[in-house]
Amino acid sequence: MRTFANFILKEVYHITRDWRSLLVLICIPIIQLFLFGYAIRTELNEAEIAVIDHSKDYITQEITNKLISSGYFKLNAYIENENQIEHLFKNGSVKEVVIFEPHFAKKLEKEGKASIMLVADASNPNIGTLVTSYTSSIIRTYQLELNSKAIKANTLIIPEVKMLFNPELKSVYMFVPGLIALILMLVSALMTSITITREKEMGSMEVLLVSPLKPQMIIIGKVVPYVVISFFNSLTVLALSILIFKIPFEGSFLLFTFESVLFIITALALGILISTIANSQLAAMMMSLGGLLMPTVLLSGFIYPVENMPLVLQWLSYLIPAKWFLIILKGIMLKGLGIEQLWKETLILLVMALFYIAISTRKLKIRLE
Amino acid sequence: MNAVEVNGLTKYYGEKKAILSLSFNVNDGELFGFIGPDGAGKTTLFRILTTLLLPNEGYARILGKDVIKDFKFLRNHIGYMPGRFSLYMDLTVEENLRFFASIFNTTIEENYHLIKDIYVQIEPFKKRRAGNLSGGMKQKLALSCALIHKPQLLVLDEPTTGVDAVSRREFWEMLQRLKEQGITIIVSTPYMDEAILCDRIALIQNGSLLDIDSPNDIVAKYKKRLLSVETSLKHLAIKSLENYEHKVSVYPFGDSIHYTDIRNNFETADIKDYLVSKGIVDCKVVEIEAGIEDVFMSLMKEREHEQ
Repeated sequence: MRTFANFILKEVYHITRDWRSLLVLICIPIIQLFLFGYAIRTELNEAEIAVIDHSKDYITQEITNKLISSGYFKLNAYIENENQIEHLFKNGSVKEVVIFEPHFAKKLEKEGKASIMLVADASNPNIGTLVTSYTSSIIRTYQLELNSKAIKANTLIIPEVKMLFNPELKSVYMFVPGLIALILMLVSALMTSITITREKEMGSMEVLLVSPLKPQMIIIGKVVPYVVISFFNSLTVLALSILIFKIPFEGSFLLFTFESVLFIITALALGILISTIANSQLAAMMMSLGGLLMPTVLLSGFIYPVENMPLVLQWLSYLIPAKWFLIILKGIMLKGLGIEQLWKETLILLVMALFYIAISTRKLKIRLE
Repeated sequence: MNAVEVNGLTKYYGEKKAILSLSFNVNDGELFGFIGPDGAGKTTLFRILTTLLLPNEGYARILGKDVIKDFKFLRNHIGYMPGRFSLYMDLTVEENLRFFASIFNTTIEENYHLIKDIYVQIEPFKKRRAGNLSGGMKQKLALSCALIHKPQLLVLDEPTTGVDAVSRREFWEMLQRLKEQGITIIVSTPYMDEAILCDRIALIQNGSLLDIDSPNDIVAKYKKRLLSVETSLKHLAIKSLENYEHKVSVYPFGDSIHYTDIRNNFETADIKDYLVSKGIVDCKVVEIEAGIEDVFMSLMKEREHEQ
């Protein structure tokens, strides 16, 4: 045990003495958080919209004017029917189509309510939600104005939102769970595979092997400090996103911790697996970036919705641990789900963890070859 | 008992044979040297002896234990200093030593007496990082780290490569003292002048042993007359001697040229006259005693002829 403690101590020395790398390890997650955070929170600026006005009365005219004068939207065209929408979206310039139902003003006066349909191009989910929420809020303001003028109390304008191309629109909050997954993958897999191959490259692995230390001990000893760092990183990101970006955290913190540790173990096993194959730090880095980080970013649903991908890529995404971790994290953070609802994904992650641990320990060598 | 017993040891890397059917014994308490150029197979052999590689054929027993079956026992009782420098450059002298002590389940204090002679020389710098030590001091630290768990056998792979001449001499003095304490030492080196300091040496070339004996006996086996030629026109002299009808071998040796002749009765003046006739006027030809390197060269040549 004392041997093991000393081994970890030595690893801690390595990490703290190389203060530049340590700084990078701690700062990168925070920088990423702000980059992703603000990249997604960009203000709308003159997004082009089209209007289908089946009513053509003074209220629909006023609402249209409000939208355009807000500065967020620019009128691209009035169109006549819904068949043209898809064509407009495919051209790419129009982000949203506002459709007023027939007899809008009349209905509002008689029945006290009327509806507007907002159709958004959600191929970019973030812009999709942004335009509809801006539009809805302008309409709401107008409705309050109407009510306060007391022309007709309790009028109700109902914006119905419809997303094209990506009906199950993902929340903009998605980047935080995704970022946590990315950071855990980065630190756990990339850093451990690099630190283990560094011992190989320097030749000190030879001396470590010619000692009574078991290879498993060598690996675990090298990995423990990185578990701590990556867990610390995920907590930082979580805290900052709650404090600065007001991301909700509905679920149990305990479950979050448990699932994070499970994912860290999976990532570590992958990192160890890479280190048993790679013989140089450079090779380890290329394998981690290409084999782990890219799929985590692209196929987990972190940035691009998996549902929009070709079938082959969708199947491939089932093999990405981060995909399941993301579903779990979103469940916990945004929907407040517990283990009762998330046991399936947790089980998949657990099986993956055990599977990767099994192969990486099998591949651990007690000799140089 | 033999500290090391090796029989028919062979190792391939794919198609390439790294070592070929090596057999030798190292006695208890012996300082045994492997002399040979880079790529001769010394490192491969040492890695098999230290349980790091598996041989394809033959067996090796260390301290009476098999290197394959009993690797766990052996890893507790062998001290190994690999050729590539294997300390942690970002740890201090003391931290390195403490770390290597701890992975062998011991402490610096417990075995301080073993390394005292060597360690006192670097102890004033114990707070300094290993990366900032001079080559000679790094080597002393590495030796201390390899000794801290009281090994019965010390395996040193080219410990003096890249170290200055003074540190090399000091290092060999340390090895002599360790030998006096009863530790068996196997060491490899590309430097022929260090061979003379070993009890016995094995000359190794292309994965095969050329000879095993004490340095004096190996030199004594050299029967030919050896001439040393010194001249400022070294290049031309080598070329001329290569074309001399009676030559056996010509090779540069430091600043001079070593030459052997096919005849047994000839005068050094014959050689000098020949060189002068080729336009090399200022040259000095003297007969000298052969060194290990000369033996090595001649054995190598014989081996090449056999093949």
